[in-house]
Amino acid sequence: MRFIHISTIVLLGAWLSACGAADDGSMSSDSGSGAEDAVSGEPIKVGVLHSLSGSMAISETTLKDTVEMLVDEQNARGGLLGRPLEAVIVDPASDWPLFAEQARNLLEVEQVDVVFGCWTSVSRKSVLPVFEELNGLLFYPVQYEGEESSRNVIYTGAAPNQQAIPAIDYLMNEVGIERWVLEGTDYVYPRTTNRILEAYLRQLGVADEDVSINYTPFGHSDWQTRVSEIRAFGSTGKPTAVVSTINGDANVPFYLELANQEVSAEDIPVVAFSVGEEELSGLDTEPLVGHLAAWNYFQSIEGAVNNDFIANWKERMGADRTTNDPMEAHYIGFNLWTKAVEQAGTTDVDAVLAALPGTETPNLTGGIARLLPNHHITKPVFIGEVRGDGQFDVVWQTDGEVAGDAWTDYLPVSEDTIADWVELECGNYNTVTEVCSGTNFE
Amino acid sequence: MPVKVVTYGEWQLVGLLLAVCCLGFSVSARAQTGDETFRAIVAELGDANFREKEAIAARLIETAHPGVRNVVTALMDGRVFIRDQDGQAFVVESTAEDLSEFTLLDPASAAEVGSSPPGQLSRVITNNQLRRFLRMAVARFSLSSADASVRRDAVREILRSLDAGNVELLRARAEEEEDADVAYEIETALALVALDDEDTRVRSEAVGRLVGRLNPEVRNRLATLLESDEEGRFVEPDPGVRAAAAEVLQRIDLWRSLFSLIETAFFGLSLGSVLVLIAIGLAITFGVMGVINMAHGELMMLGAYTTYVVQLWMPEFIGLSLLVAVPAAFVVAGSAGIVIERTIIRFLYGRPLETLLATFGVSLVLQQLVRSVFSANNRAVTTPAWMSGALEFNPAFSLTYNRLYIILFSLVAFSLVLAVLKYTRLGLDIRAVSQNRAMARAMGVRSARIDAMTFGLGAGIAGVAGVALSQLTNVGPNLGQSYIIDSFMVVVFGGVGNLWGTLIGGMSLGIANKLLEPFAGAVLAKIFVLVLLILFIQFRPRGLFPQTGRAAESL
Repeated sequence: MRFIHISTIVLLGAWLSACGAADDGSMSSDSGSGAEDAVSGEPIKVGVLHSLSGSMAISETTLKDTVEMLVDEQNARGGLLGRPLEAVIVDPASDWPLFAEQARNLLEVEQVDVVFGCWTSVSRKSVLPVFEELNGLLFYPVQYEGEESSRNVIYTGAAPNQQAIPAIDYLMNEVGIERWVLEGTDYVYPRTTNRILEAYLRQLGVADEDVSINYTPFGHSDWQTRVSEIRAFGSTGKPTAVVSTINGDANVPFYLELANQEVSAEDIPVVAFSVGEEELSGLDTEPLVGHLAAWNYFQSIEGAVNNDFIANWKERMGADRTTNDPMEAHYIGFNLWTKAVEQAGTTDVDAVLAALPGTETPNLTGGIARLLPNHHITKPVFIGEVRGDGQFDVVWQTDGEVAGDAWTDYLPVSEDTIADWVELECGNYNTVTEVCSGTNFE
Repeated sequence: MPVKVVTYGEWQLVGLLLAVCCLGFSVSARAQTGDETFRAIVAELGDANFREKEAIAARLIETAHPGVRNVVTALMDGRVFIRDQDGQAFVVESTAEDLSEFTLLDPASAAEVGSSPPGQLSRVITNNQLRRFLRMAVARFSLSSADASVRRDAVREILRSLDAGNVELLRARAEEEEDADVAYEIETALALVALDDEDTRVRSEAVGRLVGRLNPEVRNRLATLLESDEEGRFVEPDPGVRAAAAEVLQRIDLWRSLFSLIETAFFGLSLGSVLVLIAIGLAITFGVMGVINMAHGELMMLGAYTTYVVQLWMPEFIGLSLLVAVPAAFVVAGSAGIVIERTIIRFLYGRPLETLLATFGVSLVLQQLVRSVFSANNRAVTTPAWMSGALEFNPAFSLTYNRLYIILFSLVAFSLVLAVLKYTRLGLDIRAVSQNRAMARAMGVRSARIDAMTFGLGAGIAGVAGVALSQLTNVGPNLGQSYIIDSFMVVVFGGVGNLWGTLIGGMSLGIANKLLEPFAGAVLAKIFVLVLLILFIQFRPRGLFPQTGRAAESL
């Protein structure tokens, strides 16, 4: 019976491999260069908590580079409070528990003054208790599902009402969509977002049989059955759209299958919340032309600030590199932070947190980002259509900026909840019972 | 009151407008708009919003100017530009990224009128709704195309919106149409129109003509006939016609569900063939040699990256690139395999746990190597034209070309490996060494060399599988990880050491997965299959086709 033995080993091995067994997060420090002679004194430490290896490295490495660029630029301008900035970079290796460990490491050992980091919601949830316990300050740059507001986190990415809800409005009012497929990867962000969207659609009077919700596993690569089902769902004569919260690597095979089964964007458009310039740079975009993405930033939006930012990025990283929405979020977050530090005259977290709400900074596309008392910011919302060269044509945008809503109004559990860190000092305040619940997240 | 099948409400209005004024035979009778006016209308597209653009496009088509078709097609392709300095509109021949100057064509005459750097031009942006509108306009032009398949697609397009103008066009076309397929489609359309007729006999005959037509428009239209409003009044007043429609609808539904069953079977075969393809290499390294190679996935990744590099080298010949990539990937992954075997695995024969850990280490090294060389981002591998699209049998049933080719490819690869093992000297040596190493050595087989070659063969096949995967999924550092479990699953299920087991095992896992998916969803289907597999292994630990004989005992 030695064979069973071998099978066991094989399965064990397969499991090991599936978990992408974490290699140890390596530590490296990177001191700010540039005008270092002009500034002196103890450097201000900026922690960077983004995966540089493992499955999320594809998205997060870019953000690490962005923070480095912002730090270097700030140093070239003379640092902050007359002191140089220093980026402290760690690699949590796409491993959620390691995120918490590395966060503790940054705050306790490295004693950083601020952290820019995380991408997936699960990594954010994993570091939240650490930041609250050690009173750190985290800038989180990615669009997420909401239902959270922590005293120690500044959310510079979009809340659902700054991305998903406007996208639905666009499809319904401008395109005339009547049938909806909510297609997502099976984890917290798509599940929560789709719950919100389902409630929102119902509120708008969409019948149950006109909504189809489906989840697929991470990295799903065989989309034949689903695309065939979507095609059938969309063949009833009513205009149909797919709202996609499909994550990461599963997107490419999904769009490829759509193209192969000859489902065109003109017939069944797909609006995605996680597909941006960076993701498109890794695939042949011809079959995707016309599909939609909802973001708060597109590289193709013309404007002096954006052009400068793109030029600096390309000069630093190479001409073929693209910019994207979470990069802009870090740009905004970094500028909000430097302003608040200058205003407070110190990098002390409590002082900076007191100074942050109300701080304003221009965003890259021409508007103003203002930090709200609920630790979210104001953002414009754009709908873009994919073009042949991997960039987006903006086909619709909101009038001005939309204020981020931490707790959605479309779910019964949170419709009465607000977050306010200025007046109420609370991230989860029920306006009906007037009680502040202790937990700042669901 | 008969209800029209409204596909896209807002379009119908514009469509009607159009139909009244323009098109086809009426063109010659009307005075043509002058070139200047035409150019001016095109130039208006410059600072219009999407709704205005649609109205402008409608006016353009209304002019019946000979340049209309050219401009409309260019607009759909994003090749209409406005020159910033004077607001003039031009059609651009090609917008290839490497061009420093765009060649400008006059929209009215299509003649070349100079060139301009892209920076001084603004593209007229279109959106999906506008393109759909333009597509309908192009379809109307295409009705008189020389190519029958273009005409057929045009009729299908027009079928979505059967307003008076379109019906007129179709009737005219029907009289001169010679191609049977196209005529059939036109008949479908005209039968749908006849469902609105006041005469019950005409309606009933129209229902009769719709038997067996699987277009979704037909199905939807028949279904609406059977609906009734709140007061119980049916859309179709005549009960006889209703009964006939119900029967036709039932038969259509029967056909559609039959085809969807065939489609599911095809999906299963295609998933199965991918599983077989990724498992053949492992069936050799793990099945024949007994090496638990955790770097198998990364060898496939090397194959996929080889495809990417080959495409970089021959950007002019994307169609051929895959044919070149197959042997190239075999050589690259095969050599990598031989190096791995010679430097690491050969010291670990007979120690499965150590081999597992060592090859797992190798897989991490390979991943990081690729990250350093190609960056962590995915790489774009282009799908050649002959692999995209679908082979259509009827409107309810079509098979995608890339899946068809991959099924074929995996069968060919399987037969080749089988032939190598069975009919070549190398195959004989491989089998001899795997069955009884000591005896084979005594007979003069250089077993160390054969080990290296065997591992190289398995690795090479993995590389070839990578070429196929590059057409299905992301080419990135994580490609291997997502397939390694599946490939082990197939080999263990099929029976270690038996290539036929791999084929049958892979195909049955694929089909089981696809049969379950429509009911259980992709997540549960995968779990079910895994649970079934674990149960199966409990009862048949050696898989479907266990190896028998003395060699098996020593495993």
